[in-house]
Amino acid sequence: MSEAQTVELAAVTKRYGDALAVDAISLKIRAGSYCCLLGPSGCGKSSTLRMIAGHEAVSDGDIMIGSRIVNDDPPALRGTAMMFQSYALFPHLSVAENVAFSLRMKGVAKDERLARAARMLELVSMSDFADRTPNLLSGGQQQRVALARALMTEPSVLLLDEPLSALDPFLRVRMRSELRRIQSELGITFIHVTHSQEEAMALADLVVVMNEGRIAQAAPPREIYNAPRTPFVARFIGGHNILEDGGRTITLRADELAILPEGRASEAQRRARISEIEYRGPDVRLGLETEAGESLTAVMGERDFFESPLREGADVAVGWRPEAAHELARDG
Amino acid sequence: MTDLTDTRAEVRSARTSARKAGRTGAALAPYLQAAPMALVFLIFFVLPLAATIAVSFWQYTQYSIEPAFTAQNYGDVFYGCLANLPSLCTTFLTYISTLKFCLIVWATTLTIGFTIAYFLAFHVRTLKVQVICFLLCTIPFWTSIVIRMISWIPLLGRNGLVNQTLMGMGVIDSPLEGLLYSDFAVILALTHLYTLFMVVPIFNSLMRIDRSLIEAARDAGASDLQTLRHVIVPLAKPGILIGSIFVVTVVMGDFLTIGIMGGQQIASVGKVIQTQMQFLQFPLAAANAVILLAAVLAAVWALLRLVDIRKEL
Repeated sequence: MSEAQTVELAAVTKRYGDALAVDAISLKIRAGSYCCLLGPSGCGKSSTLRMIAGHEAVSDGDIMIGSRIVNDDPPALRGTAMMFQSYALFPHLSVAENVAFSLRMKGVAKDERLARAARMLELVSMSDFADRTPNLLSGGQQQRVALARALMTEPSVLLLDEPLSALDPFLRVRMRSELRRIQSELGITFIHVTHSQEEAMALADLVVVMNEGRIAQAAPPREIYNAPRTPFVARFIGGHNILEDGGRTITLRADELAILPEGRASEAQRRARISEIEYRGPDVRLGLETEAGESLTAVMGERDFFESPLREGADVAVGWRPEAAHELARDG
Repeated sequence: MTDLTDTRAEVRSARTSARKAGRTGAALAPYLQAAPMALVFLIFFVLPLAATIAVSFWQYTQYSIEPAFTAQNYGDVFYGCLANLPSLCTTFLTYISTLKFCLIVWATTLTIGFTIAYFLAFHVRTLKVQVICFLLCTIPFWTSIVIRMISWIPLLGRNGLVNQTLMGMGVIDSPLEGLLYSDFAVILALTHLYTLFMVVPIFNSLMRIDRSLIEAARDAGASDLQTLRHVIVPLAKPGILIGSIFVVTVVMGDFLTIGIMGGQQIASVGKVIQTQMQFLQFPLAAANAVILLAAVLAAVWALLRLVDIRKEL
């Protein structure tokens, strides 16, 4: 496998006619790190990935991989490989020939390319399926083949376009840990587009939250979760309450919001009515309506909740530690 | 729980009885729907075909046709063919000439048809423009075959547009003779007529190719030519096959185009059959027709062996 490379975007812009899909974003992704581009659909994350891959021309700005500007290079010269959302396996070729496709294009002899494909299929535990055609495989199996095919070009950067979105939830979690394992084994740079904050949190060294063609925040997952920069980021990653407090916009993690016992009601910042109680196994989620009309969410540990259970419709005092409040910048 | 199970059972039995009541009518419907086409096929295709095969075994003289069972007609078709080898008999020469046109026209329509279909599918972006381009391709079919044939004469004739232009430009001194009433003219006219039969099915196949497959090929380092050879052509096979069957069957039986464009000087199997019919040698013509049918079916069978059409569709 070739050496990992840094990927650097400098004011990269993508325009489709008059529509601005990606608006002058700049970003540096360290070599060998796992980066997730996270955002709602239409935020420009896929266009960004496709520009890095070379399947979409850059309207403005530069893309650097390693120390080279690759704007005009075809995909194969960039040292990138892409794994497509629909997997894009060639339906007329066997699994082994799919994986060996890039070698075939280079003119590698049949025996050698099939031998190397077999080794790659071992890495993704698909050796038993080498002779089948892709339409006989399940979604998860197709994905492993697509991964093997992408890795076959020995890329220094692997680009993944919503790789897990077509899988069922159980498989998604399993493939997630497998992706992480393969990334750390190969040590190459992974750039992964997703709209699932859970996926991004679980996988990434660097989470890039995008909105309307711009980067809302780029930081490690813990920083994103504990110190979201804008209300959009806080809302998108979830588990946060955004409220106005003393003229500033603050965010509070749902597990920092406490239901205060009657004895400490004087410390309460808000009074609220419980609108919803949702039991979730390890914890319990409370929906709260404050007197000021704000909707808040509190999450309590399962044991804590059942020590003094609450009922829907009950009026409670709500408080938080002052340090837990995190001030947000404006969106945009 | 018991209640629920009961209700479900009731619903099921109600559904079953409803289905039973409507069954006789419903079972007949598909047959009725298929009946008109089946009748047309039976009366205008199966019956005449059966009659042709039957007549091909009848006896004939210069003034009469008699029902009998004789293989004489088939013997006459191939008269002297084996005895005189290696020199070829008329029948073999005619078939070879027809096959030659068939192969050349197949090659030209495939090349031109694939190119047009590729352009329409991959370079024309909007459906509207694709439809307009398609209509442009069908313009030759807006007039009758006779008018289309005759229109070649002012273009390719001795004093036609092409010759006059070339002479006007000083490229040639005397008119080219081979433009009209020649192999070239036949191939040109047939290609012009049947390219559309290639375009439509190939276009249909190309439109069904997932565009991300082409990106995946590029991603794997394939050049445009390699993508064409290893991804697009294999996936367009069903369309190529259907178009090929159209063209091969139509050209094998053609007598009108080869007759007119060849100046009635070029032999073709269809032309032979037509001539024999003019001389009222119906059993001989029928025998020739059956042999032609067998040849065409063999060609289609060979094409189908190349691509498993059921799997591809």
